Amino acid sequence: MAKTRLDGVLQAVKKVRGGVKVDHHKNTAECEVVRMPVPAKVVIPMQQHIGAPCEPVVKVGDEVAVGQLIGDTDKFVSAPIHASVSGKVIAVGDVKLPNGTMSKAVTIESDGEMRLWEGIEPPKVETREDLIKAVRASGLVGLGGAGFPTHVKLNFPADKNIDTLVINAAECEPYITVDYRECIENSWDILAGVYLLKDMLGFKQVIIAVEDNKPEAFKVLKNIADHEHDVHDEVKLMVLESKYPQGAEKMMVQSATGRKVPPGKLPADVGCVVMNVASVAFIARYIKTGKPLVSRSLTVDGSAIKEPKNVRVPVGTNIGDIIEFCGGFSKEPCKILTGGPMMGLAIVGTDLPVLKQNNALLAFSKDDAVLKPENDCIRCGRCAIACPMSLMPTNIVKAAKAKDPEALKQLGIMVCMECGSCAFACPAGKPLVQHMRLAKAILREEGNK
Amino acid sequence: MVDGKKLVVSASPHLRAKDTTTRIMLDVIIALLPALGAAIAIFGPRVLAVTATTVITAVLSEYVARKVMKRHNTIGDLSAVVTGLILAFNLPVSIPLWMAAIGSCVAIIIVKQMFGGIGQNFANPAIVARIFLLISFGTAMTGWTAPLSWKTDAVSTATPLAIVGGESAEALPSLLDMFLGIRGGCIGETCSLALIIGGIYLIARKVISPKIPLAYIGTVAVVMLIAGKFDLEFVAYQLMGGGLLLGAFFMATDYSTSPIKSNAKIVFGIGCGLLTCVIRLFASLPEGVSFAILIMNLLVPHIETIMAPKPFGTVKEKKSKAKEAEAK
Repeated sequence: MAKTRLDGVLQAVKKVRGGVKVDHHKNTAECEVVRMPVPAKVVIPMQQHIGAPCEPVVKVGDEVAVGQLIGDTDKFVSAPIHASVSGKVIAVGDVKLPNGTMSKAVTIESDGEMRLWEGIEPPKVETREDLIKAVRASGLVGLGGAGFPTHVKLNFPADKNIDTLVINAAECEPYITVDYRECIENSWDILAGVYLLKDMLGFKQVIIAVEDNKPEAFKVLKNIADHEHDVHDEVKLMVLESKYPQGAEKMMVQSATGRKVPPGKLPADVGCVVMNVASVAFIARYIKTGKPLVSRSLTVDGSAIKEPKNVRVPVGTNIGDIIEFCGGFSKEPCKILTGGPMMGLAIVGTDLPVLKQNNALLAFSKDDAVLKPENDCIRCGRCAIACPMSLMPTNIVKAAKAKDPEALKQLGIMVCMECGSCAFACPAGKPLVQHMRLAKAILREEGNK
Repeated sequence: MVDGKKLVVSASPHLRAKDTTTRIMLDVIIALLPALGAAIAIFGPRVLAVTATTVITAVLSEYVARKVMKRHNTIGDLSAVVTGLILAFNLPVSIPLWMAAIGSCVAIIIVKQMFGGIGQNFANPAIVARIFLLISFGTAMTGWTAPLSWKTDAVSTATPLAIVGGESAEALPSLLDMFLGIRGGCIGETCSLALIIGGIYLIARKVISPKIPLAYIGTVAVVMLIAGKFDLEFVAYQLMGGGLLLGAFFMATDYSTSPIKSNAKIVFGIGCGLLTCVIRLFASLPEGVSFAILIMNLLVPHIETIMAPKPFGTVKEKKSKAKEAEAK
């Protein structure tokens, strides 16, 4: 495969079509990640990942310490949950998650000591199976936002001919800078993680992808790619044009290898594994220390936040407490999001716990929260130009309104990853992602008949 | 703690591009202004009277039609203004104002609103209105005023394409006059320079893609080059004559009535070009742009069905079958 080389840095093998230019708003890029003081209590839901929920393994009154297992399941697609503070379990019951669903949760009252659990020890990793077992035990889920259990991703059959590991440092969502900070602050962990994964899982090449609007991260990652460990020059850095959604999994695979993931398939089906840069760094830290995923970095920003910050918080910390730590609200908030503004979730209040996969907490005042009014579609086609998946959103809306599952299938709605490019571009202000979800629901319903 | 009742909860994305329908329509209006200015200079102040009549009637009909149909008011999106302007550009300057007003009513009420309003019409409102007027009031619609004659006495003339086609014995305007628009014809179609400036503005503002105009004009150029036995002058008159530039930049690119995807746009543009040439060369009409675009408008759904894009990663059937065969 022909690749253009620019002093050792790769360009995209095949450029991503579509997408949109969004304002970056990376206001917190220079904000070093600060630790938040230990919260008085944490609420740790048993469902913080895609897959089966965990069952609590502690009961009210139990003393727990940081890193102690508090929830697990024997289902494969799932990730165990650990205590994020030391203290006493004061409740085990149902709580509402940010997305509105209910989940069992363990509430721990903190003793303020952040005592590490004595059972923590670095895992022994000698074989590929050891590594996958260790990753599962660490409770790691994709830290980029989707929350897919990482060990499932890494546990591909050996005969599947997986040759490429793509490390995603694109961070194409506006506002969020935690991956960028990870590159700058934890570069040794990333370095260790990259070579560990490459050697243990036998990837033929590792491609680290970053957008061209992050020069500092670029320097760090370039050093990692050029490191002397890399005797056969199998680790390379790829620079991508900064546009949304460069960081989407299928887009990453296309940029790095020119391969297209077919509808309904995974990157592994075309020989690739895509991992978020923070997840890679975490694996290296876990192998070194044995401390499971109990805290995570968040970008706290938006027009209604008084002091935008990057903070590291224990999983399960109350969102209201985090905003309080960032100086509270500067203006009356009108919309609060977990995640970025393009794919993030608008939440109904601040009395919710932070989950493992949340990478940002954004609060907007009325001026930024109220979107332009909805008008009639003028068929300008900007949604179709913006769609990285080559779909025709305006036609999908029509087919969904007509409740025509046959037409929806023809239009390929299930390929839609809800990146929001279409709705962003729409001059008529149509909530197209909402329509896409509706269209998928119609098709699913038809499938269930 | 924040009370949920005060928070807006909506589906992602939570950011939107700044462009709105109104801004797009405003851009089209801005792009039409050079041609309007040129028209006033060439055909005199009556241009303004005709344009004002079509624009005001268009906006009023839209307002009334929406009201009667109990739908929300849409005159704020400025699309009716655009329709009015383009219709005026397609009329001779001498047209009685009441006829121009009827044209606007047909465009807005029958073609646009009766089919559901903006984005829903299957044919270009201004084109249908023009054809309607041409059929209803043939004489008034083909009475051409000589350029720059408004200061003295309005003199009638023939259009350059009629002269080229041998229907009139008048002298042809020079190519420079053609470029500047000093020739007989509809109000807004004569000044090639102004139309090209407007077209470039629309392309630069990304309101339209250059694909339709280029495919359209390019096809006409190629066909006319062959038909005219490689007489470049003949090609130049064909490109600048009639309503080709107005049609290619402002009418064939109408969102509602042209395809969305780029390869379908090219097919649409080529189709417009071929039909224009066929009409100009073989039909009894010297002018083919309106009919060509109208016919292609009707074919848009079929072009889009045939050329439907494949969703990302879809393996082409032939290829996968070939691979399967290989595997066997």
